[in-house]
This record gives sequence, structure tokens and C-alpha cells, in this order.
Amino acid sequence: MPDAEQSNMTILRMNRTGLRLLLVWLFAAGVSFTEASSAATGADTLPPQVADINQAVEQVWRDYEIQPAPEADDAVWCRRVYLDIIGRIPTYDELTEFTGDRSAEKRAELVETLLYDDRYTEEYAQHWSNVWTNLLIGRSGGNDDDDMTSREGMQKYLRDSFARNKTYDQIVYELVTAVGSTTPGTPNFNGAVNFLVNKVNEEDATLATSSTSRIFLGQQVQCTQCHNHPFNQWKQQKFWEFNAFFRQTRALRRFVPGTDDVAYMELINEDFAGEINDPEDALIFYELRNGLQKVAYPVFTDGTEIGRSGFLEDVNRRDELGRLMLQSEYLDKMLVNRMWSMFLGHGFTRPIDDLGPHNPPSHPVLMDSLAAEFRENSYDLKKLITWITLSRPYQLAAILGPNNEIDDPAIGETPKFSRFYLRQMSAEQLYASLVTAADAKTGGTYEEQEEQRRRWLQQFVVAFGTDEGDEATTFNGSIPQALMLFNGDLIKNAIRTTPGSFLDRLSQTGRSPQERVTRLFQAGLARRPTKKEVQVAGQLLYARKNDEKEMLQDLWWAILNSNEFIMQH
Amino acid sequence: MQFMKTPAGMTRRHFVSHLAGSTAAASAAWQLGGTIQANAEEMRKKRKSAILLWMGGGPATIDIWDLKPGAPTGGPFRPISTTGNMQITEHMPMVAQQMHHLSVVRSMSTREADHQRGRYYMHTGFVPNPNIEHPSYGSVVAHELFDQRPELEIPPFVTVGGAGAGPGFLGMAWSPFAVTSNGRVRNLQMKLDDQRLMQRMAALNLIEEGFSSRTRDLPASEHAKVLDKTFDLMTSDQMEAFRVEKEPEEVKERYGTSNFGQGCLLARRLVEAGVPFVEVDLGGWDNHQGIHTILRDQKLPELDRAMSALVEDLAVRELIDDTVVIWMGEFGRTPRINQNAGRDHFARAWSCVVGGGNLNGGLAVGETSRDGTSVETEPFSSEDLMTTVCKGLGISTEKTFTSKNGRPMKIAGGGKLIRELIA
Repeated sequence: MPDAEQSNMTILRMNRTGLRLLLVWLFAAGVSFTEASSAATGADTLPPQVADINQAVEQVWRDYEIQPAPEADDAVWCRRVYLDIIGRIPTYDELTEFTGDRSAEKRAELVETLLYDDRYTEEYAQHWSNVWTNLLIGRSGGNDDDDMTSREGMQKYLRDSFARNKTYDQIVYELVTAVGSTTPGTPNFNGAVNFLVNKVNEEDATLATSSTSRIFLGQQVQCTQCHNHPFNQWKQQKFWEFNAFFRQTRALRRFVPGTDDVAYMELINEDFAGEINDPEDALIFYELRNGLQKVAYPVFTDGTEIGRSGFLEDVNRRDELGRLMLQSEYLDKMLVNRMWSMFLGHGFTRPIDDLGPHNPPSHPVLMDSLAAEFRENSYDLKKLITWITLSRPYQLAAILGPNNEIDDPAIGETPKFSRFYLRQMSAEQLYASLVTAADAKTGGTYEEQEEQRRRWLQQFVVAFGTDEGDEATTFNGSIPQALMLFNGDLIKNAIRTTPGSFLDRLSQTGRSPQERVTRLFQAGLARRPTKKEVQVAGQLLYARKNDEKEMLQDLWWAILNSNEFIMQH
Repeated sequence: MQFMKTPAGMTRRHFVSHLAGSTAAASAAWQLGGTIQANAEEMRKKRKSAILLWMGGGPATIDIWDLKPGAPTGGPFRPISTTGNMQITEHMPMVAQQMHHLSVVRSMSTREADHQRGRYYMHTGFVPNPNIEHPSYGSVVAHELFDQRPELEIPPFVTVGGAGAGPGFLGMAWSPFAVTSNGRVRNLQMKLDDQRLMQRMAALNLIEEGFSSRTRDLPASEHAKVLDKTFDLMTSDQMEAFRVEKEPEEVKERYGTSNFGQGCLLARRLVEAGVPFVEVDLGGWDNHQGIHTILRDQKLPELDRAMSALVEDLAVRELIDDTVVIWMGEFGRTPRINQNAGRDHFARAWSCVVGGGNLNGGLAVGETSRDGTSVETEPFSSEDLMTTVCKGLGISTEKTFTSKNGRPMKIAGGGKLIRELIA
């Protein structure tokens, strides 16, 4: 038996760990994978905000005497920015178009294309609608029978808003002040009502209070419902003053004519008589822990009072709240902190939605200046995304090296952004990426596809059943996720070899098996295979008795199951 | 030949089966491994487990375990006698008959009255800290008791009907395996021959190795362990333990057909199969309004049925001395009944229930004041409870773990033993 063949046989009989040992030995020889790439962000024409970010971040590197990771190569960066801006990996064609581009400003150009080119508008809107739907109503919102939210309505509103690039202040104002019905196709439909519709009726709208203040202003007030907060300046009084803004609001059931079936919900404002039935002076009561009753009227977090009347024609409390929120500096800071953490893996504070003197940010000047720039640029989300994705920290490779070893937020260090932090894709990103990997739509109408997607996503959500709508996701690199990737329908679909499938079409391109293997790695991992990986492909081909499609199938299965595929890096 | 050794993270049965290329031949070979078998029997005798009954939302322990009849805060429920040295609510008559196995710690006094913080604190023995994630009960117990059961191929930490809590610095390989109460595990079947699956795994491992050595980041290397466990799971006969539907109808009836009832039954099956930690969730205790109707008509009957069946079954099967049972939520509820006939979050004085393992049953430990608003004896914390439970399982809380940045870490936050519970 020739040597090569013998070594093939050995590897194929070998178990996983044995193979790993072999690899450790082979890697000791030192193989380099990253191709050198030039800084392709076109430094001369960058917006000034990018320079501000770079300066602030580099200052911290100097302070801590750390060297940042090298720049990520073009292909890896391309994959990264597709995932972050439109929520999926690039196709093989999109990737090679970018890597083959000789322009000095191609990174800036790609960001611009993903944000502004009509071809990507739908996916951009879908991705950001996914992100904000989960923030506003949770992963389980609208999926439960007794939940009055229409997830579909929420997503429609957000998709439309992001597709039209509505400014952030407008979106917030609309969400906070919305009236209308929850469900598309019903009279007075206004999808924005779905943020609050399930949060106002029960327990005097305490959920509306804590969600609105946390999500948009970064103020954690849920503890102050019952007592003064132990760590921040929020007092029980302030909680109920904020709460008073929501007390003119009700969610009403609208029935299918002639039946008891709820067709949809409608969120309305109505006159509020207060708790002693005096609408001119519509006060509310709350209880101190010792049982004493205290009085509250609507007062914003900064102390601004509005009229005490509960009559809508005198004061529309939620309209006033929306107006006051747009004046708050916390609105800007919260959004900037959120977006930064979504692109860079960590925010300036931990948790990101708990702002205030009790929780100092890692880069205070940068957070403030970005917040100010965001406001001055009319709350344009696409501009903010442009600044962040073209900034230096976003260009860095995901490598923890000897010169930035202390930059490890996973073990409790404050983030220095001297490398790109590895993170799991969201369930939504993984779904969309697997669909991309299969290079096929899942079939059916938009509604059917949405339903399929929703069922797939739901399997990873566990609701805790508390009054704050807490929930967890088991989608985090756990065994159920691994099982899903090993054996689930999406994977089966992605690795099909039937005529017209991705692998079938791939097998008809290129000049050699090796070239096709290379394409497979680029499509899934945005890099070329290593020598060892090419070798294993050869061994698999031998094991599959030279059936190349079967070999490609095995390899594609391995690629889609790898951490390198399921992580943003 | 180097690769003939059983690799770490892979059971002998698998290794043998893959070398032999046939499952039938493999199980024969396994049967012949007499000494290994004998050792496993020896191990089986010593092995400990724990079942956590997690009451999400924060149950009103003043209405269940520590009643205050006659006090203005007491509520409408009457106390009844039990087989232990304490009285409990009249709406748990079946659990009352099992209380000689269980003790009520009535002097729990904690400070976290927010759901998320309380949940984290009671699960880990540490207050939440944005800079570090601490391991939860399940991860700690699974991690520490895993070596007692070399034959275990299914996940050592299973959570039923809930999310459990995370592994913290112990790593993703110790995270909870979540199933619904019917025990169904999704995506278990691959329908691919073993040989080809192994070859795919080999290719996958190669890609994993490369990524992890290039990024040098922790999450990348953790993934390999999860893949190993997943692979074990897919090929294991022990998955039979999840098939709760195989139990006789009368047993299912006894536990109750609710999700929690079936979850408790599943927990018993898993413990019998050698799983060191099972958490079963029962939510719906966040009763800010109309609390006593909900407790009387829904929560307590459901709990009574399932919990009594579980404890009785463990005792009948002689598992109770090796299985610690813990009942708790994130906090208790205010003695004061609010304007909506509900009770709000309250952590200063409340009860947890523990028993089984090496712990004493039948006791009421500690006392609260006449109206239930304060603890009048030595107060106990989540750290103390966790330390005591670990003791009941023979786990040392003195062991120091080293986190990646070299920081020494202990489990259970330096709690003290609840002496009365130690046999």
C-alpha cells in the first residue's frame, strides 16, 4: 500500500482525540493563515467622528501599555460587517467581489452599500427589526396565547421604520406615544403600540414604567417599585412619578363580531380620574414598605413636572413623556452604548442598560462625545453605524495576543477594545446565515417563511414567568444548540446534494476538487482552507470512494458546525 | 498504538464500539469488561445527587411553611401537623406526610428582592457582579460529582421546564441541559452510519483546533467539550431515562399530570440513571394580587401532589439518603397583604426547604417574629444554604478554583453550615 494511502486509512480509523493530538503536533510546525491586507478604510475621506473614536480608544491602549491585535484581513472583516449590518454572512459571490476589489476605500464603500443600496434595504430592515423586537417585547412576546402583543405587528412597524431610515428619536417617540390597533390589516393599525400593549393593563403599568426607562434611558428602576434602590439615585417616589405618565393608557380587547374571540387589541388614551376620582388633580398612590401611602404625579426623571390634570384635552401624558425623553441626554447615551456593544461585543458599561454615576463607563469621554455627535446628526442610525464600523477597533482581528493579554472582559477586565471580542451569533443571525449557506430560500410565501423562522427560534426560548417578563435563551453554545446544528432540518437542507442544491451547483464549478474545497471554506468561513484541511478533504474523498459530492457534504457539515462558523469574529 | 487508549471525554463503550465498527460487538466487549463493571457498581453505591425544585417568581413561604395564624399578616390558611416536628399549610396534606424527610429553614434572610438578582443569588450563593459569572448549584454539583459516575453519558446537569442557571467560570461544558417535562430531546437522530459520523467529527475537530489556536480565546476552546458531550448523548442508551412516558399510568397520576408533576417524575428517573443534578421549575409564584385564591386552587395542590410523590418515591427506592432535595424560590413575599390582596417581593425573612442526602429531616430550623416580618434567630443566607447542601452531598466548599486571570474563586461564597441540619 502506498504511503499516502496508508496514512489516509490511519486518520480515518482514528478517533477524535487521537486526531486532535496529531494536529497539535502538526500545528507545532507553525502555519500562518492570515494574508496581509492593507488598511482599506480610506483614511483620508473618513468622517471626523471616526478619528474621534480612534483617538479615544488608542489613548486607553497607551495608558495601559498594550498593543492592539493586527488588523483583520479583508475576507474576515467582510463577513463581520455583513453579519452586523444585515444579519447574515456574505454569499461566496459577495465575498469574492469584495476581496477582489482593488479600491483603497473599499471598506467604507462596502459599509455604504450595505446601508444605502436598495439591494440590501430589506435585509437591513429585517435584521434591525429582529434586534429591536427582541429588545422591546422579548423573544417570547406575542408567542403566548394570553399575550396580547402582535409580534407580527411589532415587526412590521420596525421593518418599515428601518427601511425608511426613520431617525431614532422619531422611532422612540412613536413607540412611547403610540395609539391604535396591534395587528396588521385591522382598523387603526399601528404596529408601534405593540411595545406597550401588554405592559399597561396589569399592576398599574409597572412593566411599561420599567421597560421604557431601562430600554431607552438606561435607568434601572424595577427595584424601586417597592423600595428605594440600594445602589443608584432612583427613589421609590421617582418610579411612581414616571409610572404616572402611563395611567391614561389602556389596552382594550376588540372582538370578532358576534363572538367572544379577541380579534386584536387596541391601545388607547382616555381621561384618567386618578385614585381619588378627581380628574382635575389625577394623583396616584403607592405604598411604602411600612404600609404608609404616598402620592405621586407625573414628573420626569430630571424633575420636570407636567400638568396634574387627567383630562386628555388638558394633558396627554404619554405625548409629554415622549417629548421629555427626547430632551434627555440619557436617550443619546443609551443608544450609543447599545449600538457600540452590538458591534464591538461589549458596551462602555456593564450591564449596558444601567447608566448613571453608580456605574462609571470604561470610556466616559468617548461615550459622551459619540452621544453628542449622534444627537447633532439628527439621530441618524446609519451614520452612527458608519462611524463605528469604520473605526479602528472594529478593524482589528479577534486575537488575544501577548501584548494585549489584559484586555479580556470575559474574566472581568474592563474592555479596552484592543481586539475584536469573539461572540456568539444571535439565533436570528445564525438562522439567516444557514439559509445563506444553503444558498436557497426555505420556500413558501413570506408569511410561511416567517412562521418557519419563528418556530425555529422559539425552541431556544425559556420564559421565567415573572411579572417583569424575564426570559432566558438556551441558545448559547449549549448541547441543544449543538444537536440542532448536528441534525436539524436547516442543516439537512444546507448539506443536500440533490440537483440544484448548493453543493450540487458547487460541484459543477472550478477546475479541481481542491478548488471546490477552497470555495466551500470561503463560503462558510471567509478564508481558504489550511494545508491540513485540504489533506483531510482528500482523506474524506478516499473514504467516500471518490464521490466528491459526498466528500463536500461531510466537509460542509463540519464547517457549519464549527465555532468559527457560529461565532462573530 | 497511541490512539488505542481511551481518550479523555469519550466513554469506553463508544471508543470500543467505533473501533469495532459495530455496536453489537461493542456491547459484548463491554459486558466482558468485568473489573470495570465491578468498579462501576462500587461507585454507584456512593454516588450522590440533588434535585432542586425551583419556585420561579418568589413563593409566599408565610402561607406555606411558616404560617402566622391570628397575626394581621397571617392570611386565611390554617396550619396542620406533619410527620416532622413542624406544622405547614393545610393545603399541602400529602407533603405533610413526608415532612420527616424534609426540614424547613424558617430563618432565611437575604437582600435581593428583584427577580433576576434574587434568582442569580439563590442559584449561586453570590450577589450579581458584572465582572464575573459564578457557577450555579447545578454546575457546581455536576462538576464536583461527575467523577463518581464514569459510566454517565448523558448531561450531568439537567433542567426541566426552565432555564436553570449558568456554569459561570466552570465553562460551557457545565451548563444546564434544558428539556421540557415530557423529556423530549430535539434533533437527536442523525441517521448516518457511525463510521461516517466519526469522520465528519474528525474534520470538525480540525477546524475547531485551528480557530481556537488562532484566536486564543476561551469560548473557542470550550466548544470542543460541548461537541464531545453532544456526540455522547446521540449514541447513548442512557437517553432512555428521558422517556418519562414509559412510566405506568398510576405513577404518572400520583405525581400529577401537570408539567411540574411530570417534571418531578422525570427528575426521579434521571437521578436513578445517575444524573447528579436535576432542576425542576414551577413558575407562577409572583402573586402581587389575589394571592390566596391562586395558592389554594392552583399552586399548592399542584406542588403538594408532585413534591410528595417525589419524596415518597425516593424514600421507597432507598434513594433519599443519597439525594438532596431543595425547595426554594428567589425570595419570599411580604407579610403585609397589599391593596390588591397580593403579597409583594420580600427577602428579609422567609423559608427554604431541604432534606435527603446526609441532612437531617423533620426539623424546623430558626424562627421568624409573630407577624413574620423579621428573623428572630440566627439568620441564614443563600451562601449558608448552599454550603449546607454541598455538605449533604459530600462536596467540599473549601476547594479553590482558579479563574483564567489567576483569581482564586470558591463556590458558595464562603457560607457557614446550618448546624441543625448536619447529621
